[in-house]
Amino acid sequence: MMLALEMYRSPAKYLAAKAVGGRIPGVLTGPAAPLRLVTINEPKAEREGWARIRPILSGICGSDLGMVTGSTKLYFSAVVSMPFVPGHEIVGELLDDCEDLPKGTRVVMDSVLTCAARGVEPCEGCVSGNTNRCDRITVGHVAPGLQTGFCRDTGGGWGNLVVAHRSQLYAVPDGMSDERAVLVEPLAGAVHAALRAKVQPGQSVLVSGAGAVGLFTTLALRELTQAGRITVVAKHAKQRELARAFGASDVVAPDEVFRGVRRSTGAFRLKQDFSGGEFLLGGVDVAVDAVGSKNSIDTVLRVTKAGGRVVLSGMPASGADLSPVWFRELEVTGTYASAREEPNGRPAFETALELAGRAPLDGIVGARYPLYRWREALDHAHSAGRLGTVKVAFDVRAS
Amino acid sequence: MARPGFVLEVDDRTPPLIVHNGEGFLLERFPLGTRVVYPPEALPAVRDVDEAIQNALLNPIESEPLPELLRPGMRLTIAFDDISLPLPPMKKPDIRQRVIEAVLELAAQAGVDDVELISANALHRRLTPNELRDIVGERVFRSFFPDGKLYNFDAEDRDNLTHLGQTRHGEDVEISKRAAESDLLVYVNVNLVAMDGGHKSTSIGLASYKSLKHHHNSQTMIHSRSFMDHKASKMHHSAWRMGEVLTEHVKVFQIETTLSNDIFGGPIEFLQKREWEWSLKDQASMLGTKRALAAAPAKVRHKIFTDVRANYGLTGVNAGAIEPVHEKTLEMVHRQHLVEVQGQADVGVIGVPYLGPYNVNSVMNPILAACMGMGYHFNSYRGNPIVRKDGALILYHPVPYEFSQLHHPSYVDFFEEVLAESTDPATIEAKFEKQYAEDPWYIHLYRTSYAYHGVHPFYMWYWISHCLDHCGDVVWVGANRKTVERMGFRSASTLQDALEMVSHSVGRSPSITYLHNPPHLIADVR
Ligand SMILES: [Zn+2]
Ligand SMILES: [Zn+2]
Repeated sequence: MMLALEMYRSPAKYLAAKAVGGRIPGVLTGPAAPLRLVTINEPKAEREGWARIRPILSGICGSDLGMVTGSTKLYFSAVVSMPFVPGHEIVGELLDDCEDLPKGTRVVMDSVLTCAARGVEPCEGCVSGNTNRCDRITVGHVAPGLQTGFCRDTGGGWGNLVVAHRSQLYAVPDGMSDERAVLVEPLAGAVHAALRAKVQPGQSVLVSGAGAVGLFTTLALRELTQAGRITVVAKHAKQRELARAFGASDVVAPDEVFRGVRRSTGAFRLKQDFSGGEFLLGGVDVAVDAVGSKNSIDTVLRVTKAGGRVVLSGMPASGADLSPVWFRELEVTGTYASAREEPNGRPAFETALELAGRAPLDGIVGARYPLYRWREALDHAHSAGRLGTVKVAFDVRAS
Repeated sequence: MARPGFVLEVDDRTPPLIVHNGEGFLLERFPLGTRVVYPPEALPAVRDVDEAIQNALLNPIESEPLPELLRPGMRLTIAFDDISLPLPPMKKPDIRQRVIEAVLELAAQAGVDDVELISANALHRRLTPNELRDIVGERVFRSFFPDGKLYNFDAEDRDNLTHLGQTRHGEDVEISKRAAESDLLVYVNVNLVAMDGGHKSTSIGLASYKSLKHHHNSQTMIHSRSFMDHKASKMHHSAWRMGEVLTEHVKVFQIETTLSNDIFGGPIEFLQKREWEWSLKDQASMLGTKRALAAAPAKVRHKIFTDVRANYGLTGVNAGAIEPVHEKTLEMVHRQHLVEVQGQADVGVIGVPYLGPYNVNSVMNPILAACMGMGYHFNSYRGNPIVRKDGALILYHPVPYEFSQLHHPSYVDFFEEVLAESTDPATIEAKFEKQYAEDPWYIHLYRTSYAYHGVHPFYMWYWISHCLDHCGDVVWVGANRKTVERMGFRSASTLQDALEMVSHSVGRSPSITYLHNPPHLIADVR
């Protein structure tokens, strides 16, 4: 038996029942809370290539919060299996030998449950190394679930035990702290987004959002591409400071984006007649939305130059105005998780491990909570930007 | 008979004194011993203005009379000072209208038919058709504007600029092509302050950025001791060198006019009287105005002030060769404005009024407020500043966060972007000026809308660089804390608080000089 936080209400049902507009502590303590702390059976690792892992630290990701607060898309509910233990940003210790990795190895995990993990014939995505595009995430000998942390059979990082397949695991170098290692999964996502952005040398980039996704993407863009000016949209003082430390050339407030981008790119600025909306003619070569809100997406679409590229890195809200995509012939692309074979020919996780080793990441894990203080932990994560925190994690061993 | 300027020492009988404070004024009690510098009263006006103009045109200084310079088939260009002068705007008819009409009259008699009129706005915003009409008058406007013969100078119209050469210091002289290729360039100036006129009229008013950047930069402006004295101002030295090159190529007939200090008339006449001499009627209108302003919504208050038109008497008009004409002008301006002040003070106090050269019919944004107080009024001295080196300057203005997107689009960016990075004139010049000067959007707005050129806020900031360099402390009374802090200054709620804040550098009982203006004055600090 093990202690774990369990998501036991289907996101779809929860979303339907949810009282609209509640603040997160209300959501968590109310009768409709979809999450509970329980003692449950440990997941089993009986098949070839699988092993048990004891999580040390487990991060709280924006997608986790979305699920808990019911703002996640219904789309998502078809690819999870209930009930499950959330948590996919994990650094942990192997409790069994796992092929070439001996018991006791510290590992981080690419959480996507691909054909290899499911024991099925590799799909087109998996064959080409685009493992994050796997089409078999609902079949095989593992219950449906796009990732560990959304699957009934594997357990998740917010519990005392999780099982994983060798194809998901990467050993953590000895000198690296747990606090840095737990950031490897989100860093891998940022590496993927930065490479998907296909920034050409000298091109200007806008990153909208300075939460973990935005900040890590900024870091990855600076480290892995030859981007020229990188402008980051940040709301809070600490975010502004970190954005600069991670490589931003300029930082602007959300209501300053049009002014700031116009200035830095020499674009022309138009005001629409009726809606009062604004528009740039010209603008950045590439924009990354790391927020997902309607407002943020509307903005990045309107400040990207004609023929430019827009990368949607946060889970997008609905209702954004797509006319700029048509009128400005924008190339819009999404990024989800990370791939085994990125455009630089390497797994995103390898690149992310290197970044985690050398980037200025001390203090990025700004708060650690035991599992039984999950309400405070999620509330803190929900207000992280305002509180000057980038990443909140569960200290699973202290639970 | 007009009385000269006057310095009063505050004692227990001194009533509270008027301090200009944006779109309003305060009555402030100054510490005992404060020296208050009052502007001189208005000089007597020329009785027959048209006769004075005729006389100047027919009996010019070091030049042939104007009629002798005019002949059929020639190209004549008349350039005139733009809307930044005079302040506040003049009651109709504007003195420029009267001069231009007189010049056109003579041109018509001589059979000149190729005439163009150019507003010498340099990098200032374009004037609207109505604003042009207010300056040149209905008749001239109707005859020239519809055919495109009356227009704003466009410093970004590459096809219509001419590079005349370089000065012996390597400064480029690039001016309006039409002016450069004219057989005669007549310049019509209004001289309210000693800073204007002379070679500044043509070499700056009709010049491009390429030319202006040689003297409108932080180095030159920080070393311009007193902009009111062209012999002590590096900016003026440069303009004078350019003037030499310009006049080698173009025949210039300069007409300069000087105005009296008669600004506030009617019910707000009390604003230019000395408080202890207020009649009962003055006191009543002061109280009434103060109450009405306090009760009026911001929009109404703004309108009340922007509608003020001054009486101004003409104190002189001189025409002919630029330099001797300007000498005469300076003599007259100084006679109107100079007030002798004995010694510098530890603390200078200045009330910043609602209007400056760059917010006519517009909004005084924080940068312009700083420029008015620290560029314009602080520099209103001859010899030495009113404040000793490293002394403190206390200014009054609410400095609201308020910008005109129409007139000052690059100011908003300058405030948000440039000042957030640095307030040091040399640093921002090196890092940002070129980008702003060449930004295609600002250039577009300058050429087609009514925006000041992108580089203009930099010039405003350079203008205060002498004050920044000279004063140890700058404190604004009653100002928006955030806007003032962004510019690197502090704000205080009251004069007492401000004095408290600067006491670490000037002590608990500093000597204080209050410049009681407008009307305008130049402190002649001995
Ligand atoms: Zn995640
Ligand atoms: Zn697959």
